[in-house]
Amino acid sequence: MTRYLLNRLGQSLVLLVLVSMIGFAVLNLAPGGPLSQFALTPGMTQADLDRISAQMGLDRPLVVQYADWFWRLLRGDWGRSFRDSRPVLDVIGGHFAATLLLMGTATVISVTIGTWVGIKGATKRYSIFDYAATVGAMVALSIPTFWFGLVAIYIFSLKLGWLPAGNMYTIGNGSFLDYAIHLIMPAMVLALVDVAVWSRYMRTATLDVINQDFVRTARAKGMTPRRVLMKHVVGNALLPMITLAGLQVPTLLGGALVTETVFTWPGMGRLFLDSLGYQDYPVVMGLLMFSAILVLLSNLAADLLTAFVDPRIRLT
Amino acid sequence: MSVSSPPIHRPIKSGWWNSRTFRRFVRHRLAALGVVMVILLTLACVIGPYLLPYNDLYIDLRARFSPPLTGYHFLGTDPLGRDIAARLLMAGRISMLVGFAAMILSTMIGATIGVVAGYYGGRIGTVLMRFVDAVLSFPSIFLLLALAAFIKPSPIMITVIIAITSWMEVARIVEAEVRSLRERDFIMAARMLGLSNRWIMFRELLPNAMGPIIVAATLTVARAILLEAYVSFLGYGIQPPLPSWGNMLNGAQQYLQSAPWLAIIPGVAITLAVTSFNFIGDGLRDALDARSDLN
Repeated sequence: MTRYLLNRLGQSLVLLVLVSMIGFAVLNLAPGGPLSQFALTPGMTQADLDRISAQMGLDRPLVVQYADWFWRLLRGDWGRSFRDSRPVLDVIGGHFAATLLLMGTATVISVTIGTWVGIKGATKRYSIFDYAATVGAMVALSIPTFWFGLVAIYIFSLKLGWLPAGNMYTIGNGSFLDYAIHLIMPAMVLALVDVAVWSRYMRTATLDVINQDFVRTARAKGMTPRRVLMKHVVGNALLPMITLAGLQVPTLLGGALVTETVFTWPGMGRLFLDSLGYQDYPVVMGLLMFSAILVLLSNLAADLLTAFVDPRIRLT
Repeated sequence: MSVSSPPIHRPIKSGWWNSRTFRRFVRHRLAALGVVMVILLTLACVIGPYLLPYNDLYIDLRARFSPPLTGYHFLGTDPLGRDIAARLLMAGRISMLVGFAAMILSTMIGATIGVVAGYYGGRIGTVLMRFVDAVLSFPSIFLLLALAAFIKPSPIMITVIIAITSWMEVARIVEAEVRSLRERDFIMAARMLGLSNRWIMFRELLPNAMGPIIVAATLTVARAILLEAYVSFLGYGIQPPLPSWGNMLNGAQQYLQSAPWLAIIPGVAITLAVTSFNFIGDGLRDALDARSDLN
């Protein structure tokens, strides 16, 4: 177990270094580099640009700049926002909870529905339900999230008037119910793609387990089909889903960005777009790195959790 | 997958809907439907604009916000009074072209990296595949938007950026495929003949990995069209007045109450195109990928 743990942690560290290199490349190799936002200011001369570049340490060799940047990344000194001079990590932290709430709710929805659809599709293979689920999943994967959001707003807010069209709460209200009402539509929209992914993977995983010997043994010793399904099949089929949950985080984050824009949800995705609009470089780069690190951590957490639950991995 | 043993529930009722023939029929029908829809969409976008009475840039101020099927504009008009049908078809040209070009570029990048990593293996392979993992750690929309905001957006740059953020899948597939092909006799023979590494990689290995590559490439077209729609919707992709399916939706939200067709029509076009390519990809997977099981 210790060996597996150390091995896995080492992998994550290597990935972190590679991820930081890509981030640094994005920051620097784009035409104009970190100075491009100053170059647009009227009346800016080349001498001014040189001076700013020296001040920001941009005249040093790239390797030195990278080392410095990486070290500050590790220490949590991610620079300050151009917009309001607050430390980047504080700005991100202020928006993180909203995104986490949205992503968490969407995950709960998609795991519940997706698992159910997947198990049902696998146990009743080639039934009409199974066909509908398979085709439905493929269509769901093809619908642009933002468009689905717009259609949902049109139907449920504008036509039926059941749900608010955006924001996280009504100003001056902020009760639990108020949050819930605002949360439900964006969470459903964000969950759509995930439901499709979960149902397809869960179907395959269930089919893998159903054909194994221990299931036949359980059947042979007279267990009721329902008990076999619940106790032996679903438990084992859910194991690979932990890894999948980790792998789904980048998709979920990307979907959150779009969903937050459509529903004016005050999370990281909206912050990212706003910062792009204001050319607020440090926050944009901060969010890019933050989301990548979040992905690394969630994959690590998923693998460790799998190892914790599944003794077969621990022992090898 | 092994031969399927009886499922644990009561035996499945058998009937015409779960016969092997019908299963194949449905799968192939969906793929065939996809092919037909792609051909129709392509024809409409290529020929359509010549048949319509309006140009996609013509501004008919008296007919602003006409709903579909009223007046002279078949699909209605946008806030500037431009004909939506004309814009939709011109946008289709851009969106599908960007999708195809990004697919070709990203497949080339992915196949090259995958074949090099799989053929050499060892340290080179590990470094390359870790790099693939690292790029995959970035949510692609974040990376795409950051790059698009830093670079002056033009259709070509958008294509390049989309390709840069979607080659990883192909690289992984090709790497796995090549790693298993590498030990086969015909590669041994090629080595003993003294063929160069480059020849072996691109003339011997890649053609043998073509099936999975074609499947991945088809699905990449779907993905690229979606990504273009996302960035353009958010305002960092194809810039107006050049229409794309994504940027037609940009700004549609504020007219959702008064002119919902502005939002609905381009979204239907995107969904149709993307679904078609996904159907085709799925059908091709059954036909070409020997490892896939007919579950």
